[in-house]
Amino acid sequence: MAKVISFLTATRGKGRLHWTDWVSYGYLCLGIFLMFGPVVWLVLSSFKTPNELDRFPPRFLPYAQETLEIEGYDSPLLAFVVTEGELAGQTVGQTRRAAGRAEVVVPANPSERIRLQADTLDPIEHIAFATENYTQLFERFNFLRFFWNSTFITVTATILMLLFNSMAAFALSKYEFRGRTTVLLMVIGTLMVPQTVVLVPLFLIVTELGMFNSLWGVIIPGAATPTGVFLLRQYMITIPDEILDAARMDKASEWKIFWRIILPLSAPAIAVLAILAIMWRWNDFLWPLIVLTRTENFTLQLALNSFQGELQTDWPSLLAMTVLTLLPIAAVFAFLQKYIATGIASTGGK
Amino acid sequence: MLKIVSPIMRIVEIPMLALQRKLGINRLAWAFLLPNLILFGLFAFLPVILNVFYAVTGGDNVLLADRPNVGVRNFASLLDCSNHFDPNSCREDKFWRAVWNTAWFVTLQVGFMVGFALLTALILNRDIRARGFFRSVFFFPVLLSPVVVALIWKWILQREGVLNAFLDWTGIGGINWLVDAQWAFTWSVFISVWAHMGFYTLILLAGLQAIPRDVYDAALMDRASAWRTFRKITLPLLAPTMLVVLVLALIKGVQTFDEIYAFTGGGPGTATTFIIQYIYERGFAGAPRLFGLAAAASLLVAGVLVVLTLLQLRVSKENADG
Repeated sequence: MAKVISFLTATRGKGRLHWTDWVSYGYLCLGIFLMFGPVVWLVLSSFKTPNELDRFPPRFLPYAQETLEIEGYDSPLLAFVVTEGELAGQTVGQTRRAAGRAEVVVPANPSERIRLQADTLDPIEHIAFATENYTQLFERFNFLRFFWNSTFITVTATILMLLFNSMAAFALSKYEFRGRTTVLLMVIGTLMVPQTVVLVPLFLIVTELGMFNSLWGVIIPGAATPTGVFLLRQYMITIPDEILDAARMDKASEWKIFWRIILPLSAPAIAVLAILAIMWRWNDFLWPLIVLTRTENFTLQLALNSFQGELQTDWPSLLAMTVLTLLPIAAVFAFLQKYIATGIASTGGK
Repeated sequence: MLKIVSPIMRIVEIPMLALQRKLGINRLAWAFLLPNLILFGLFAFLPVILNVFYAVTGGDNVLLADRPNVGVRNFASLLDCSNHFDPNSCREDKFWRAVWNTAWFVTLQVGFMVGFALLTALILNRDIRARGFFRSVFFFPVLLSPVVVALIWKWILQREGVLNAFLDWTGIGGINWLVDAQWAFTWSVFISVWAHMGFYTLILLAGLQAIPRDVYDAALMDRASAWRTFRKITLPLLAPTMLVVLVLALIKGVQTFDEIYAFTGGGPGTATTFIIQYIYERGFAGAPRLFGLAAAASLLVAGVLVVLTLLQLRVSKENADG
């Protein structure tokens, strides 16, 4: 314990915390609450039963009411404790409830039905994580289909992007050829054309290529990014030319040099770009919204968005689906957060 | 992994080797560039040119050949206002509502976001424990998808949500947040700041850590006050990074669409409809599909973005040179 205290309170050089340190830690703790709180609340809520979700004010943890198996009744009865009257303190099973009155039975005497005021009954509850919200996603919705669409788009687009961008970066970093500056300027030029301002003609081109309402319509336009070319080029420039020359002496073809030498040596930069690409494609929204209009083509993001309109009140499914949608990204974050931070800081996050 | 990749790469090697013999080593660069250039050409440059054609043609046909030339009429109807500050007086009132909403949104969002990002970065730059952990706490929401961000906050803000429960408990009483135009707008700014702040914090923190330690040691020797050190050392030396962050935030802010569309759908009414949503609705969501208007509006937005991007390139170049 003393160790914990000294860990928490120690600052470098000084023995005591200055008041500004207290303010700083206070701010950071508020930060934890504000940044993680909403996500924790979402996850906890997704494990609540529909009844519990309707409850106002809500409770922090998910609860489930206990049930009693009583002889003579086919299904288990909801368990309550009586708070007032003759039966005070006893556990009863509820058989019916209407208009503020409840009909209950005592387990010891299942044949006698007793009528009570409903507000004299206290439900017996325990903390329970309900998984029905998740299981019904697979039963009631085409969840696997959406998941597959998102995964297919993300994986394919990432692989294509890594290949094409690293080829271009290789050409721009290791060859002296006429027109190199022009190409570099072109790449910078594409930085200035975000997808959001060319939606209409992009739509025409994708339609003309027969990729409207096809997953490829999302994959192909996103497969070349100026950011990726720049990131990889900056890294490849640092690979010494002597390695290439040595390989050429050994009569290695240029393509072999590219994939046997340059690609493995650029692995750190490629890893960063891969993480970024996965994130971009998985979270992509506006362009898929335009290209994919049929439900069977929806990505998870589109499905989530359309369900919140259709099923305004179906929060149980929606919450579970939201959690499943953020899960892959959360996993990536947990394992690779160091790379992500450096990657995003070095590319400007586009 | 290598087992799958190797054969593919070996097959590609055959035509590449043939090309290499024919072109020589340096001109082979074009072969490496080709896939990327085709994609850039098809999906970045061609659209820019076609966008102009769409902007000067009318009708709801997507094929350019079937679209009648209308000259600058699309721009005229977008810009036709007796008073540009009052959307009600405009022919395309929705466009101007979106323009002013976006202007307000960008001002508030960028202001608060950069302000809080700076504050957070300054605190993270102090001698604190577990800096890496706290840094990732603030960064975490950046990774969430816009739709997920929207749903997380919708769940909290809904009529019987946890925030209203808290307000009820304190006696203030709940508010139907997303039904009230001003609250919906305020929360839109809030969730946008919440979702993107971590990214700018990260850049500013990197900028702060790049300031040489000995400058501060010198200030300490001169017994400069903390406030003076901040004003005379930290701020000026951080200014280039701040500028990059500001311009980047502006570029992104103007293009805000995803999370707000999923959050409020642009409503209530048009309270949170921004310019990209206007383009989306005119071109794709509504009938008839007014591609001309959408393209014309895109061109206007593109103009703003090009200016901002040139500014950004210039600022980053100055930083790199200086």
